Amino acid sequence: MTAAEPIFKPLGLLAELTHRCPLGCPYCSNPVALDRDELDAATWGRVFGEAASLGVLQVHLSGGEPAARRDLAEITAAAHDAGLYTNLITSAVGLTPKRFAALADAGLDHVQISIQDHEPDSADHIAGYAGAYDRKRLLAAEVVRHKIPLTINAVMHRANIDHVADMVELAIELGASRVEIAHVQYYGWALKNRAALMPSRAQVERAVAAVEALRARHQGRIVIDAVVPDYYARFPKPCVGGWGRRSLNVTPAGKVLPCHAAESIPGLEFWTVRERSLADIWENSPAFRAFRGTDWMQEPCASCPRRTQDFGGCRCQAFALTGDARATDPVCQFSPKHALVAALAEERREEPYVYRRLEREHADSTREKSPAETP
Amino acid sequence: MADSTQAAPIAADAKPRLPRGVRLVHNEAQGGLVLLAPERVFKPDPIAVEILKRCTGEATLDAIVEDLAKTYSAPRERILADVSALLRSLADKKLLEL
Repeated sequence: MTAAEPIFKPLGLLAELTHRCPLGCPYCSNPVALDRDELDAATWGRVFGEAASLGVLQVHLSGGEPAARRDLAEITAAAHDAGLYTNLITSAVGLTPKRFAALADAGLDHVQISIQDHEPDSADHIAGYAGAYDRKRLLAAEVVRHKIPLTINAVMHRANIDHVADMVELAIELGASRVEIAHVQYYGWALKNRAALMPSRAQVERAVAAVEALRARHQGRIVIDAVVPDYYARFPKPCVGGWGRRSLNVTPAGKVLPCHAAESIPGLEFWTVRERSLADIWENSPAFRAFRGTDWMQEPCASCPRRTQDFGGCRCQAFALTGDARATDPVCQFSPKHALVAALAEERREEPYVYRRLEREHADSTREKSPAETP
Repeated sequence: MADSTQAAPIAADAKPRLPRGVRLVHNEAQGGLVLLAPERVFKPDPIAVEILKRCTGEATLDAIVEDLAKTYSAPRERILADVSALLRSLADKKLLEL
C-alpha cells in the first residue's frame, strides 16, 4: 500500500473459539481442515484487551459452536471486561438455561441464533442433527426472557429459499428484533456442497420480492437484513468491508486472518497471537498486507471507480473460481470470467449433502440425538 | 429541529434508558465515546453524548432538559426540541426505551 493511505482501525473481531460443533450443516463456512489446538481462556482474555486497545468495539463469539467450550462464560466475561460489545453466534445446541444465565451474568450483549428452516423435520435434516430445531426455540425463549436482543440468522439455499416468509414469521414468533436473510456463500464445506445447495434464478427472484413485501408488512416489528446471493449478483460484495480494513478473525488455534476463509488462499503467511501482539499482526503481518488498499489490483479493478466501494470483491472467491487471488471477483459483471459464475449457478444436482464433521472417518448422515447435555 | 414537531411528543415524566444490548462505551483508539448496538456502531456527536449520558432510566425527560438548559445556559424550549428529536429517532431504531 502507499504511504499516504492510513491503516484503518478494526471495528470487529470474529473470535472462533472452537471448530467443534455438534451440527453438520453442509454450508458451514469453517475450513475443511479444522483447528484442534485451542487457545485457553486466559489467552483469549489477553487478545480481547489488545483488540480493544487497537480500536475493536465488537467481538463476535463464534465457532464451530462456541458453547462446545466449557469455559464460554469465562471467555465472555473477559471480553466484556475488556470493554467489548459481546455478540454470541450460536446454533443453540449445548446451551441449557443454566449455562445461558451464566453468559447473561457475564455481560453478554446480543445473541444470534441460526435457523435451518421453519419446521423441525426439514430443519433437523439440513442441520444433520435430530432435535436441533426444538433446542433453538428453547434458547430463543431464554434470550428473550433475559431481555437480551435476539437476531435470527436464516441461512438460505435451494431446500428452504421458498420458505423465506415462514422463516421471517418464525423469527417474529421467537421474539427476534432482527432477522438476517443469509444466502449461503460458497466457501469451505459449502463449496463442496454447491450443486446441492444452489438455488435457481427463479427462486432467488421470488425470494427477493418476498423480502420486499415482508419488510413493508413488518416495518417497526422486526428489522430484515438481506443481500442478493453472490452467484446471482452483478457486483461483488465488499467482502469484510475491505481486506485488513474493518475486521479481523482469530482461529481456535490463534492464527489471525483477514477473513474466516483466508486460509483457502495458498501462499499467505498468517501470524499467531501465541507469538505476537494483535496490533503488530494487524499492521505488519504479510497476510494482512497482501490485499490491503488497492495497489495489489489488476484490471479491470485497478482503474474501476468502484474499487474503493467493493475492493474488487472477495479474494477467496476470486481464487476459488479463477485460481488467481488477485483477479476481479468473478461475481462482478466486469470480470472477464463473469460467465463462469452463471455456468456454475446452473450446475444444480439433487444429491445428498456432505455433512460437515470434525472427524471425517465418522461421517454419517443419519445422526441420533446426542446424549443429554450437562450444564 | 423542524421535524421534532411532527413526531409524537414524549411525556415529561418519561425516563429514557438504553435497553440491554445498547451501550455507550469509551474507546481511546476510536477517539472517545461510541454507541454500540446489535451489529451496529454509532459515533455520537458531542451534543448527543451529553444527552445519552443522562438517559439512565432514573432521570425524567423534564429533569434531563432542566439539567442541560442549566449546564449550557440555553433556552429550555430549544433544548427540549433537540432532546425530543434525538430520543424519538433513537427509540424508532430500538436504541432507546422511553
